Amino acid sequence: MEERDQAGSAKPEPLEPGAEEHHEHELGFWRSYVFSTDHKVIGVQYSVTGLVFLLFGFCLMMLMRWQLAYSEQPIPLIGGLLGDSRAPGGVMLPDFYNQLGAMHGTIMVFLGVVPLAVGGFGNFVLPLQIGAPDMAFPKINMLSYWSLFLGGVTMFASFFVPGGAAQAGWTSYPPLAGITPTWGQTMWLVGMIFLITSSLLGSINFLVTTVQLRAKGLTFMRLPFFVWAQFVTAFLLLLAFPPLEAAGVLQLMDRLAGTSFFMPSGLVVSGEVLQGAGGGSPLLWQHLFWFLAHPEVYVLILPAMGIVAEVIANNTRKPLWGYKTMVYSIIFLAFMSFIVWAHHMFMTGMGTTIAAFFQTTTMIISIPSVIILTALLLSLWGGSIRFNTPMLFALAFLPMFGIGGLTGLPLGLTATDIYLHDTYYVIGHFHYVVAPGTIFALFAGIYYWYPKVTGRRMNEFLGKLHFWPSFIFMNFIFMPMLIQGLAGVNRRLWDGGVTYDFPESILGLNKVMSHSAWGLGLAQIPFVINLFWSLRKGAKVTENPWDATTLEWSAPSPPPHGNFVTPPIAYRGPYEYSVPGTKKDFQPQSQPAEA
Amino acid sequence: MQIPYAEAARPDTGLTNGKMGTWLFLASEVMLFGALFATYIILRTGSTEWPDWRTFLNVPLAFTNTLVLIASSVTMVMAWASLMRDRFSMFRVYMGLTFLGGVIFLIIKYFEYSAKFHHDYFPSTNNFLAVYFTLTGLHALHVIGGMAVNAYMWGPGSKLWKSNPTWFTHRVENAGLFWHFVDLVWIFLFPILYLL
Repeated sequence: MEERDQAGSAKPEPLEPGAEEHHEHELGFWRSYVFSTDHKVIGVQYSVTGLVFLLFGFCLMMLMRWQLAYSEQPIPLIGGLLGDSRAPGGVMLPDFYNQLGAMHGTIMVFLGVVPLAVGGFGNFVLPLQIGAPDMAFPKINMLSYWSLFLGGVTMFASFFVPGGAAQAGWTSYPPLAGITPTWGQTMWLVGMIFLITSSLLGSINFLVTTVQLRAKGLTFMRLPFFVWAQFVTAFLLLLAFPPLEAAGVLQLMDRLAGTSFFMPSGLVVSGEVLQGAGGGSPLLWQHLFWFLAHPEVYVLILPAMGIVAEVIANNTRKPLWGYKTMVYSIIFLAFMSFIVWAHHMFMTGMGTTIAAFFQTTTMIISIPSVIILTALLLSLWGGSIRFNTPMLFALAFLPMFGIGGLTGLPLGLTATDIYLHDTYYVIGHFHYVVAPGTIFALFAGIYYWYPKVTGRRMNEFLGKLHFWPSFIFMNFIFMPMLIQGLAGVNRRLWDGGVTYDFPESILGLNKVMSHSAWGLGLAQIPFVINLFWSLRKGAKVTENPWDATTLEWSAPSPPPHGNFVTPPIAYRGPYEYSVPGTKKDFQPQSQPAEA
Repeated sequence: MQIPYAEAARPDTGLTNGKMGTWLFLASEVMLFGALFATYIILRTGSTEWPDWRTFLNVPLAFTNTLVLIASSVTMVMAWASLMRDRFSMFRVYMGLTFLGGVIFLIIKYFEYSAKFHHDYFPSTNNFLAVYFTLTGLHALHVIGGMAVNAYMWGPGSKLWKSNPTWFTHRVENAGLFWHFVDLVWIFLFPILYLL
């Protein structure tokens, strides 16, 4: 195909000097690196955007941790820079704390993890793993990134409008979200609509690409588990996000056109009955929101499982244990994730019958998650494990996600949830799933695929210097949260609970968590250095530095425009490691049977 | 670089990329409007008093609009069928008529809206009008989107007919899928807002 294009465009101007170097690649800087339609460039754009927002969201959290540990004391160093409307004299105002809380959640989920896990890894790795030259709709792919970018800019800019950013929590529950009179609250909705649009466009692209552009011989049961994870995730995004888009539009109407979709009758705000039609339903928002946001949990976790599966199979030098079971589990998991949403709402008084239904489905959905985790754990059995940086992160994912998952069970049972609801236990639970769970898996993915993206390896020593402190600090941040929550400390307290008597004995943990959080910040420095340093100085690699089997490793590192030198053919399943009777301990999918 | 199966169907799936993408997009649209319909049902069944919608709405105008949209769906099919029969000039005529149907729909919608504003009926007046304006407004945005696609197929997009008629026919078919969907949404909207 390329030859034909080259010949076609080169003929009319054969005398132009250097014409043979130009051909397809004569796109300028803007088209090559900014408004590119190449899935690899877009993947890197997504990843960089995701990483920047992860760092930004983390900084918001580090500020919050100061307030929680040293309530009403001026923030050192940067306290004076925040301005009188946020922190007069460096002491953080409750309003600003609420903004940080709402935006930390929003940014970490929708602008950090999802763009990195789905937009970044999905875009870069998925087409390569299925042997495709690009995504099915390259222009829509570009549009999807720029929609995310606009959403990110909107969210970021909302900090600087009068009144600051959204402060009604990342869940934006009405009626609070309806009556918060700041522009930031409206900008949150507008930003979300951009982000949702981006996800929708992206998910269509992933689904079509996976179904249509698989290489010859790559049947569904020969797909790497990472591709399955992305494929299923895309279905979740496609079908779960539109109801939130609808809800966002309705809340926007409530805020801008004065409707009462989510505003009840006779709402009293500051001693005055609120004007308006009334008759709306705040619960309706919660249903629409969690109809998205529960599948969203799996959007956060499934790509992470996919990455971990790749890294584990590669570094144990043996096939995944129970690949097919994992595939069926992930499909079942995705299906079930649409009928568990109201377990976030046991305290709303929706009735015991409905609660019993959602409690049951919630217990059922834990089964496929456990199957996948068990299969990954059993995959380690009898392997000759290589403990490189990606593998360390992938291995750490298993117990961390395990803790996150198991601590979720008491929240899924109505009886225990009544006590634990809205305590720090909840925060500890889902952070175990997403931070040392998903984000560790994302780090594993970055270390694992960095050679494919850049053609160079990341430094192992810096990698380990990144891993071990991160692993320790993560646990010192989130384990105390579980303890505090069990003792009854509420989440979303501006002062960390000092105004109450009962948690006195465990308030010291606030300082442990805060210092660990700042320690975690420091532990990311080796990673940032490694990321940039390796770009120039990392050890150069050939196409397959990890002796891996999946198709992306048969493309050059970094892959050129169009990815493969010749369209690859898949001759075998994705994880043929240590096949008895073969010379090498790995059989790439693209290689015909060994003679 | 050429993306495989953009112009011809993949043998084992029987689909072009565009057609599969369009159907998936429509699935997400079903979820979007599904959530909005559910909102309407929940607000209405959960309310103690629901305003008498007949005082606000003009059924004959909306019925006319229903007919206009159905007619434009028919001309959309005819536009695609003309391409299948290799009659490009007839495609232009039918596609033009389809676009015209959208224009007429929006004009009638404009009269409906302005009559309501004239009587001081706004989305904030009551929850029925809130639902009415939001649902029909979003639907109207979809109509505008569909008209933009159709206009592109009628105008600059039709250059593809000369170089690759099969691919162009596929594109028109996909545009048609979306246009029928927009039509279908209205066929649901009309009875639940104006009649029930």
